[in-house]
Amino acid sequence: MFGIKADWSLEVLERYFTLDDYGAGGDVRWCSGCGDFAILNTVHRVLRDAQVPPEKSVAVSGIGCSSRMPHYMGTYGLHGLHGRALPLANGIKSRRPDLDVWVATGDGDCFSIGAGPWLHTLHLNMDMVILVFDNGIYGLTKKQTSPTTAQGTKTNTHPNGAILPPLNPLTITLGISNISFVAQVVDWNPPLLYETIKVAHQHRGTSFVRVLQRCPVFSEEFTKPLQDNPDRFVLLEHEDGVAIDDNVKRLFHKVIEHDPKDWLGAMKYARDQVNIPLGILFKDPDAIVYEDHSSVGVGMTNEEKAAGLNAAFDKFSI
Amino acid sequence: MNDQVTTPEQISVQLPVQEAQQIHEHIVEIVSDSGEGAQKCGQTFAGIGGKMGNGIWTVEIIPAEIQPPARTPAGGSGNRIRVGSKIMTNMGNEADLVVGFNEQVLYARIANGAYKDGTIVLLENKWANDPQEKIRDEYAFAVDEFKKNGLIVHELPMEEECLKIVKNARKGKNMFVLGMLCRIYNRKPQLGLNEIHNTFKHKGEKVVKPNQDLFNSGYNFAKNNLEYFFDIPPYEGAQEELDKVIVTNGNTAVGLGVMASGMEMISMYPITPATSASHYVAEVFDGVGGFIHQAEDEIAAIGFAIGASYAGKTACTITSGPGMALKTEMIGLAVMGEIPLVIVDVQRGGPSTGLPTKVEQSDLLAALYGEPGDAPKIVIAAATIPECFEFVIMARKLAEEFRTPVILLTDANLATGVQPWLRPDIKEEWFSPPIDQSPWDKRIPAYDWDENTGLSQRPIPGQPDGMYVLTGLSHTERSKVSYNSETNQITSQHRSRKIAALQSTLKTPVIHGVDSQEDGGDLLVVAWGSTIGAIEEAIDNLKDKGHKIASLHLRFLSPLEPGLKEIFNRYKKVMTIEINYSDEPDAPMITEENRRYAQLANVLRAQFVIDIDCWSVVYGHPLQPGLVTDELSKRLDAMNA
Repeated sequence: MFGIKADWSLEVLERYFTLDDYGAGGDVRWCSGCGDFAILNTVHRVLRDAQVPPEKSVAVSGIGCSSRMPHYMGTYGLHGLHGRALPLANGIKSRRPDLDVWVATGDGDCFSIGAGPWLHTLHLNMDMVILVFDNGIYGLTKKQTSPTTAQGTKTNTHPNGAILPPLNPLTITLGISNISFVAQVVDWNPPLLYETIKVAHQHRGTSFVRVLQRCPVFSEEFTKPLQDNPDRFVLLEHEDGVAIDDNVKRLFHKVIEHDPKDWLGAMKYARDQVNIPLGILFKDPDAIVYEDHSSVGVGMTNEEKAAGLNAAFDKFSI
Repeated sequence: MNDQVTTPEQISVQLPVQEAQQIHEHIVEIVSDSGEGAQKCGQTFAGIGGKMGNGIWTVEIIPAEIQPPARTPAGGSGNRIRVGSKIMTNMGNEADLVVGFNEQVLYARIANGAYKDGTIVLLENKWANDPQEKIRDEYAFAVDEFKKNGLIVHELPMEEECLKIVKNARKGKNMFVLGMLCRIYNRKPQLGLNEIHNTFKHKGEKVVKPNQDLFNSGYNFAKNNLEYFFDIPPYEGAQEELDKVIVTNGNTAVGLGVMASGMEMISMYPITPATSASHYVAEVFDGVGGFIHQAEDEIAAIGFAIGASYAGKTACTITSGPGMALKTEMIGLAVMGEIPLVIVDVQRGGPSTGLPTKVEQSDLLAALYGEPGDAPKIVIAAATIPECFEFVIMARKLAEEFRTPVILLTDANLATGVQPWLRPDIKEEWFSPPIDQSPWDKRIPAYDWDENTGLSQRPIPGQPDGMYVLTGLSHTERSKVSYNSETNQITSQHRSRKIAALQSTLKTPVIHGVDSQEDGGDLLVVAWGSTIGAIEEAIDNLKDKGHKIASLHLRFLSPLEPGLKEIFNRYKKVMTIEINYSDEPDAPMITEENRRYAQLANVLRAQFVIDIDCWSVVYGHPLQPGLVTDELSKRLDAMNA
């Protein structure tokens, strides 16, 4: 926005981006009352506040309700295949570390069909934000059991109730080596959502953010009891975590000091099904960031390349 | 470099100088148990041949397992080297001379038809006195059987000779054999000693010396004990080319092609027989600023490549049949989103896990039509090892120019075949230009399809005002999701039209075996991929016998090269020869209505509505010119009858 030059005069930068620059302009077509709107608006705000040039940002997604998000962004976007957003996003980042990469995915897209890429992407730890829109149900295909559907929930594939207890995405994620950022948040608390996604965006590495998200059409029971009873949550607070203002604290009564470097503590909160953790569970700024390796050599000149190729040929001369 | 080393000529006893017998080519096989070094011996022998100006074609003999049991027919490991006074394009027919480290490994070769009446077999004889009666019996039985079958067997004390120099003959017998072969084929011994020096110098003189001693011992042993002494002169012009020649297999050529193409990324998952291309590039990719990504699976591998391509860095994924099957949905995305991408399919035997280490050409239809939905794309096939290199460069350019994935088909025969080829002069135009980050003209949509050609320019992330969302959903020119029926019809047409646009730029292919390209004849053989050497050699044989036969080798499969129909019409009969399965017309149950044709035959019959016949087999080995000659002779005789 404004920068102060060394001679203390004000310099107006050429471009200033408003919220409109991060939206696509057209209708956003999610159902009325869907939690996805809140996530989308928050991403726009985080980008605006960071003043990321829209052409430098890429929103990547798989398939599902969540994965329509790139279509509602004014940035570049890649709306890929079911379960495969993450390899696409990694590939984008691999030789273009200058790009700001976001991934929108859902509980089916990420934890079920995309389970393989989910684990391996976190292992690679490339600098991007992964937002999992977790509503505990398949929405776009109309109410099938997802990996996070609660046991006993009646769905179109399990009319007598889901047979198995749900997967725990947090403990699974925390179990992967080289993981660098794990957070959980709800879509219906805008300040907490904003702070969490902002910190995720600022973190260098793969920031995995599970957003518990309302689906009033197919899985109201997934979030309604939580919305009605904030005491189901514990808020994780730390100077290296999210900044939680007093208004938020007033809503969530249980606030616990948790250092995101403490992996064992993170695992303990992640496992807790009674007191559901919100905030930053784990953060490791020292994990290996894969694009530091994959982008080596970007920008090599043609002369250098020709020399490298000649050296390669030389080894096969007779 | 190591001129202090004594060559065997200097130390051998003085015998009357023997005249070498001039021959124009020989096929040599060296076969051992896995881990005894026959492959190293074979590769080195081939390299020496190349240095002496011979034409060379080398084929690996590979067991499917890493450590198969010793002394078993399935465990044979080694090399076949065809060496001669002309440029070699294929593995040839039956071997002339074979070195066997044991008798059992030769059985699989015999079953493959690799040997003939009169093939010389130099066989390790230590098994005759093995402590185990079973082994002694097996050996005696085999030697007897080999001789009855017309092989000329020489039982040689290779082990015994090696033990005079080293304690463990298992490590080093291959160099003894190399010495023998260098004497038998009148190779300059200094070349062998230099190779040994180069191979082992990093391990120090204590390893170089015994290996060179073994080489000398083998050389002298052959000189003093074997009657065979051949001379294979260099081919014409070889001496002038020597310093311009490089020797690689096809997978290495693919790897060099990637490096030369300006692609900075190979995203792969391990699969036989494709992986060695990535292994090679992994060693040297940093020299051109590139990176190999080993993904968690085949789908993620191509997804990663598509991501890099979308972001402006056209990438490459290298795989084989089972990997292709897994990648189909992503290929569809690349077609739909018009993402440039290079996919190399090193074909192996299929379906399913099939024959991982063996050659087949069974992925053509899958490459053309593998994706659900209409997914037109460019499909090309390399026929030679230099083309493995050149076609990768072409593939990257085509992918970007036509905004589409390009599938490059090679196969296990090209992958492991080793041949000298002319080192190309590096052209800067091969490398990709830096990605465009200048502002995009807002008025131009992300898919500004040309009505006639379907072609359009693409915005690259980072370009201001070029923002669009690439999607696999049906979309408008501004890449907005559209379920509108007209949009789907018209965009399908644009994607298809690009293939026709490419065809309009291609030349009519050159017919082999005719005096003038306008000529016609009795029989035209159409083929594609690695069979070119065997087929053209067969055509030449038959032409020499007065037959009006010619062949045509296709490099482009989608689109097909232009002018084919006119060419086909000039021949009484047209047929394809391929390495994939087809029904024999006179087989039980087979009728005109249910006969399944070879894959290219299928494509050509459908495209040209001409009754194109085929002959194809899936024995898992490369076509031999003799086999092709026999099959074509039968057809020509039937036609002339």
